[in-house]
Amino acid sequence: MAIVYQKSAGLTDKELHYCPGCNHGIIHKLVAEVMDELGILDTTIGVCPVGCSVFAYNYFNCDMQEAAHGRAPAVATGIKRTHPNSPVFTYQGDGDLASIGCAEITHAAMRGEKFTTIFVNNAIYGMTGGQMAPTTLIGQKATTCPLGRTKEQAGMPIRMAEMLSTLDGCVYAERVCVTDIPHLNKAKAAIKKAFQKQLAGEGFTFVEVLSTCPTNWGMTPLKAKEWLTDNMIPYYPLGCIKDIDAPKAEVK
Amino acid sequence: MEKELWKGNEAIAEAAIRAGCDCFFGYPITPQSEVPEYMSLHMPEHGKVFVQSESEVAAINMVYGAAGAGMRAMTSSSSPGVSLKQEGITYIAGAELPCVIVNCMRGGPGLGTIQPAQGDYFQATRGGGNGDYRTVVLAPSNVQEAVDFVQEAFDIADQYRNPVVVLADGLIGQMMEPIVWHEVPKRKLPPKDWATTGKHGRDHTNVVNSLYIDPAECDDHNHHLDAKYAEITKNEVRFEERDCDDAELVFTAYGTPARIAITAIEQLREEGYKVGLFRPITLWPFPEKPLHELAAAGHVKQFLDVEMSSSGQMIDDIRLAVEGQKPISFLGHAGGVMPTVEEMVEAAKKALKEAK
Amino acid sequence: MTAKVTFNSDRCKGCELCVSVCPKHIVAIDQETINRKGYHPAHVVDISQCIACASCAKICPDSIITVEKF
Repeated sequence: MAIVYQKSAGLTDKELHYCPGCNHGIIHKLVAEVMDELGILDTTIGVCPVGCSVFAYNYFNCDMQEAAHGRAPAVATGIKRTHPNSPVFTYQGDGDLASIGCAEITHAAMRGEKFTTIFVNNAIYGMTGGQMAPTTLIGQKATTCPLGRTKEQAGMPIRMAEMLSTLDGCVYAERVCVTDIPHLNKAKAAIKKAFQKQLAGEGFTFVEVLSTCPTNWGMTPLKAKEWLTDNMIPYYPLGCIKDIDAPKAEVK
Repeated sequence: MEKELWKGNEAIAEAAIRAGCDCFFGYPITPQSEVPEYMSLHMPEHGKVFVQSESEVAAINMVYGAAGAGMRAMTSSSSPGVSLKQEGITYIAGAELPCVIVNCMRGGPGLGTIQPAQGDYFQATRGGGNGDYRTVVLAPSNVQEAVDFVQEAFDIADQYRNPVVVLADGLIGQMMEPIVWHEVPKRKLPPKDWATTGKHGRDHTNVVNSLYIDPAECDDHNHHLDAKYAEITKNEVRFEERDCDDAELVFTAYGTPARIAITAIEQLREEGYKVGLFRPITLWPFPEKPLHELAAAGHVKQFLDVEMSSSGQMIDDIRLAVEGQKPISFLGHAGGVMPTVEEMVEAAKKALKEAK
Repeated sequence: MTAKVTFNSDRCKGCELCVSVCPKHIVAIDQETINRKGYHPAHVVDISQCIACASCAKICPDSIITVEKF
């Protein structure tokens, strides 16, 4: 009898608090599997955000810090600059990273901080109950845009991976999703690549993972998968946005 | 030991390096910009970390990250910048991380002015951030004290796992004064076995966190913090009494006004007035008991509180300590205007005359 | 092939993501059972057809599925 798949050693035995079908659990396990496969669980220091994944420190089987809302990249900067040989990552949602923490993520990328950011974009504020996020799509309903987001009132949604990729300090930016096994495999490969580039000291690495929020989107998990594919991917195209090799990654 | 002439802000920065500060995160603001400037050059020389952050908010959160990972971390700023740091300070207090924060106070509110002031007493001693927390607040009144307190602040922070604020003002930061680099007593400090340094074989993960979602657990955490604050209050109160043995009028002042008051007292004493000075050095924990006892002394007729603040902020703590035993009058300027010796002398004479 | 799929059913939230990715369509929600969380948990209805691809386990957000093969 050979084990084909079992829960990653990168996760603790704590039961996840996420809603049924929430993609956070899948993304957690991909990060955990990558850390385990790279053999860095014993050295990594993670930083979790405020939002649905606020309790991520209970789930990752590595040392963790819980940051104030949006400040994870600043916290990670403090850790990585003083522990340059330790792998460091932040795990952040769209309200945390693209709204209140937009300055922190932008400047961490600008400085080429050598940590990895896993950005979970589900186009809504989950934990506070489904309010509009900077990533909420035009026409998408949320509790603070009950008639649907309009360009006139709230502007167009922000594409963080593209925005950060304009900064020289950002050496890798890819957008992925985890709606099915092929996409999940690509997502894991992207996360692994981001960590590997970090370990090689190349610069700031960023993986945006499109995610569902069945509860606040008001759909079943399976419907939410379809909605993501039909609505999010056209606006937030999947694929590698930036991948520059080490020699060119030097911040001039 | 030889005296050396140092500018306050640069001396503060050098003192931190001598105290083993591992990392400094800061943002330019007048009148403290010489601290990050000095650090940017000299921290790397010692193999230490300097980062100019994008904001005060980021700076204090970099302190959080580094302190949480076991480092001696520091930031400095001036009043409006310290306002921005309040979010980080409450998280640092909640997560029980040691760090040193220097506030080189300037006039407020808002942008105010870049000249010295003491309008941040409430913010420093009451906590400008949310929740029930305290920061140890050390108030130097000259560059030598600033240098000594900054060095000791790192030990105090590590001993109690608590942020320590060194509350100076623009005068102390900008002034050049002779100082002596003498050994500051070192404390016996607990190991940082709670820090997130990577598991390295540890059988559990270390987590740095201020979130206690269960109300009962959050209540317990607050009681735990309160017990720690009681311990700090028991151990760390500092103050100076000068010429108080026979004083009929006692000046209360901290920082720069306390220094000016010394000259006023000398003049008044020469004229035969019995005046003294009570100077809180720790603004939190406040020297409540010694001041209460001084107020109970028969020879003390009244207090004259002097602050660089329009209507006084420390005066609230003076009143709480004096508990109505003796009258308290006030002299103050805000917005960067410092009280003069002449004003203090006049105010003291007026108060003494009215008391008769 | 002989495969074994084990569900930590107490922790299943019945989200059906595992059902949606099974190439052999042999994972289903067990409508007869209610677990301690109050959900109908997922299970394998015909293990003889299982190819041990572990798709169900890989996508499970709660990491409650273990797949083994002989």
